[in-house]
Parts: sequence; C-alpha cells; structure tokens
Amino acid sequence: MISITDLSFAYPGSSFRLQVESLTVAAGQSLALLGPSGVGKTTLLRLMTGLLQPNSGEVRMGAVSLTCLHETERRAFRLSEVGLVFQDFALLDYLTVEENILLPQRFAKEVLTPVARQATRGLAERLEIDKHWRTLVGQLSQGERQRVAIARALAHRPRYLFADEPTASLDAVRRELVMDLLQDYIRDNESCLIMVTHDKELMSRFPVHSKVEDFTSR
Amino acid sequence: MSAACYLAWRYVARHRWQTLLLAGALALVIALPLCLRVLVQTTELAMRDRAVSTPQLLGARGSALDLMLTALYFKRQPLMPITMKQVQELRGSGLGKVIPLDVRFHAQESPIVGTEMDYFGFRGLRLASGQMITRLGDCVLGARVAQMRGLKPGDALFSSQEQVFDIAGVYPLKMRIRGVLAANGTADDDGIFVDLKTAWLIQGLAHGHDDVATTRDAVLKTESSNTVANASVRMFNEVTEANLSGFHFHGDQAAYEISAVIVIPNDAKAEALLAGRFLNAASSLQIIRPSEEFDALMSTLFQLQTLALAVMAIALGAALTVTALVFALSFRLRRREFATLADVGVSPLALSLTKLFEAVIVGTLAMLIAASLSLLVQIYAPSWVRWLLA
Repeated sequence: MISITDLSFAYPGSSFRLQVESLTVAAGQSLALLGPSGVGKTTLLRLMTGLLQPNSGEVRMGAVSLTCLHETERRAFRLSEVGLVFQDFALLDYLTVEENILLPQRFAKEVLTPVARQATRGLAERLEIDKHWRTLVGQLSQGERQRVAIARALAHRPRYLFADEPTASLDAVRRELVMDLLQDYIRDNESCLIMVTHDKELMSRFPVHSKVEDFTSR
Repeated sequence: MSAACYLAWRYVARHRWQTLLLAGALALVIALPLCLRVLVQTTELAMRDRAVSTPQLLGARGSALDLMLTALYFKRQPLMPITMKQVQELRGSGLGKVIPLDVRFHAQESPIVGTEMDYFGFRGLRLASGQMITRLGDCVLGARVAQMRGLKPGDALFSSQEQVFDIAGVYPLKMRIRGVLAANGTADDDGIFVDLKTAWLIQGLAHGHDDVATTRDAVLKTESSNTVANASVRMFNEVTEANLSGFHFHGDQAAYEISAVIVIPNDAKAEALLAGRFLNAASSLQIIRPSEEFDALMSTLFQLQTLALAVMAIALGAALTVTALVFALSFRLRRREFATLADVGVSPLALSLTKLFEAVIVGTLAMLIAASLSLLVQIYAPSWVRWLLA
C-alpha cells in the first residue's frame, strides 16, 4: 500500500504549492494521475518515489515511511522495491536491450541466475521486444524504447510501480498490450501502480483517478 | 564484475575508437621519454664500445670530437690532414703500434677507409666471403654496404668525385671488390676498406697511363725527370693485372696525407709519454683518448636529454590535463545518464566508481600501448641506432 498524509511541497522561490491531505493506493490497485501539462504531475510522482523531499507530511510504502528514511536508505529502497518508467525513457544508448533491462538488478547486486534471465526474456517477449534482445537501444524506434523502459521497471519485480506517460509513444495495439501487462503485474504481485497519463481512453482501466490540479496552487 | 566496472567497460567498448585515440595520444606522451632514454642508452652503448677499445688517436690539432667521429665512426669531418712523415716519426718512437687511417673519400655515400692490414686484426674483423686486399685498387666492403648495395666479391665499385667542377681533382676509380666483411654491428659495417695507397690513388697522388715509350707521337717535351705528353695518352681509371705496372706515385711519399692514426701504446708508461709529447700547444698534432672524449660528448648529450625530458614532462602534464578535461566534458555531457541512474537508486559511490573505472581503463590502455611502444623501441633500437649512426 502507498499512502500520503498531509504532504506539502514548494520549490524554493516559486509560488507553486503542492498540498495533498490524504491519498491511498491499496496493494493490487492502480491510480491514474491526471492533469494538463505543467500542473505538477511529475513533481508529485517524484515526491511519492522519494526523489524529492516534501517540506512536510509523510509518504509511506507499506510499513516504510519514505520521508523518514535517510537518503542512502531511500536510494536502496528505490533500487529494490520501486519500478520507475520515465517520461523520456532514460535508457543508456550504449547498452543493448538486455543490458538496459538488467541494469538495476546489476546495481542491486542481485545474482542474475539463468531463471531470472529467462523471466526477463519472457517479459521482453510479452512486450514484443525480444527480437531486439542484443540490439543497442540507440537503434530502436521510440515505441520500442518505451517498451524497453517498461521492461526495465518491471524486471526486478518491484512492489511499487510509478510510470510517467508510459504509453505516449505507442500505437493503440501496443498501448493495450502494455496496459494489460501492467495490470496483470500489479494483480499477480499485489503491487501498486501509480501512473501519470493524458490519455482519456485509458481512464476506464483505472478505478481511481486523481486530478493533480486539485492538489496544487500557484 | 561489479556493476560500476561493467557499465564503464560497456561505455568504453561502445566508444572504442574514441577511447583508443585518447589512450593512444596519452601513450605517446608517456612512451616518448622512455623511448628517448632507450635510444640514448643504446647509442651510448654502441658508441662507447668502440671508443673504449681504441686507446689513443692522433690527428691534426683542432676539434677532438671531429677527430674521434672521423677515425672511429668514419663520419667525415673537416679535419686538417697529417703527413706520413709524422706517422713515420711516431712509428719510429717505438712507443706503440700505429695504424694510419684516411677517411676523406667516399663511394655511393659510404666512406672509403684507407688503412693498413693491421686495422683488420685490431678491430677483429674477419671475412664473410671473398678475400682480403691483395693489390692496388682492391677493396673489401663492410657487411651493411654490401647488403644495401647488393655487392659481392668480384663486383666493382666506383669512388665518387669529391667536387664535380674540379676537373684537376679526384677522379672516380673503379675498385675491385675482393671480399665482404662479417657484420660486427659497428661503423666498420658501413665502410669500404682500401689500402692507403689506393686512397692516395683516388686522391690523384698516383696514376696510371699508357707507356709513353710506346706512344712517342704523344710526347710533347722530355725533361730530366719529367715527360710532358698530349691528351692522346690514355689515363687508367681502373687497376688491372695488365696495367698494374703502369701505375706510379709522384712526389715525396712522406708528404702524403692521411686523416688520423690509431695508436696502441705498448704499456701505460708509453701511453703517458705519448700523451705528454703532444700536450705542447705549439705542436700541430694532438693525441686524444677516445673514451674521455666520448664521456665529454655523452655528458653534453645527457644535458640535452635532460632538457628534452623536462620538455616532455611538461607535455605529459599538458596531455594529462587535456585528458582530465576530456573526461570532465564527457561526464558533463552524460549528466542526464548519471542522474537517471541516481533516480533508479544507484548510489553516488557506484556512479563515482563507474567514472573512475572508465578513467582507469583508458589509463591502463594508454600504459599498455606505451609499454608496447617502449618494448618495440627496445627490440629495434640497436638496428635503428646503427642506421642513425651510418
């Protein structure tokens, strides 16, 4: 479960204010964060993942209070328990698809067993990027790169998944494919998904929506 | 392999040409001082042996270095010649063995060394093929001259004109190649050895022509010791068995000139006496110990080498600074990549290690290339030095 209580944040020297009194996403549930560009969706996402520290309030992930953790502990927690899909994919062009997907596991010092590799390969197959397994990501299309970024976020089986516009570069068929995968994942693993999106067609897939502009003021 | 090391390796491998270029540039500035040292040491070794094995050198007063370069390494320097009379006087003193050397002429860019048979024994030279000099006009070749020019016993070699426009000067002499010496890795490999008389023949002090007694029509004037003939009398440019008797020397042979003399004193006392004899500044001759002159030369070279090494150290510092700048700019360009890794949860230590490993890989590669270059120079330095000294 992810819960936010009395969260308050402001950038120094800016009139922008973000205030969340209470927000909860239960295990196995998903939440869509909606709102126009620049409203603060990414800021909220970064606060929820511990990439930004709030001025006050608390973010909890399960039994762990993220706001109470030391930076080093927060980083270790993110590496092992959190999956992140960045809006710009944030892939390393000089690595292959396989290397990009397995990179967080390498840094988490996880032993890359053949079984783990096989599971990752299965994930790639489902996302239809397995044929590019040994291809440098710099040579892939935008859509393929986006699916590699999703595979990287899921490969280490995180309990908390945050995705910033994960279907923005995908065609309708692949968008459905990715959404099916994400929802199957959170259901099967009792995980939480928080996703930023503009895509109104995806709203039906989310039982809970939050409009970020409700939390912000300028 | 740690993740940081793995990531560094993958980055370097993906950008291998840029990495190689950077490492190669670094390697060059690292290897240059090492290679210079190796070359200087090899040169010193190659030259010192010859200097140390030659007890004393006699020559005209002037530059001791020129005398040494001429007599030991056959580098033709502007030396004042000495006369055979002076050589005979030295020989007459009985203080040591005397080996005259005449290094004033050349053939196809190689020095012609006029000397006596004692020279071959003194330097331990032996024939690889053919025979030793047996008569006027014969020569034996150093191993490298023979190899470079593709010459062998039985072939012929022309001496070169010293001055193209001096029609009264040195005429080319066709020399008969009698033998080729075995290589010994010294200046002897680059010499064309002839008898002293052949050297004087090249100089024009001796000549051969048709017998004027059988060509009376060509005689213009006959004096008590001199016969003047017209141009129809053939001058020989080659010594053959048939015309050998037609060659004769003019003037007083005691006045004939040579370049220098190798002196092998009988003992330490004789060496001291010889050194003392030519200490007088009024003497037109000087006697030197090549080993001492060589040490003086090397000390100058060492100072130059130190200067060169200092310049290279500055260049190395500049290269390292530029390399550090290249890394700093590269890391700056990759800021987004490192920020992503940090967002995913990679620790600052792991990120710093990644950067460090990249620098270590480039550094190690540079060291390997530098070591390979140094090793190559070490292996080939003797032959390069021989070529440089030739």
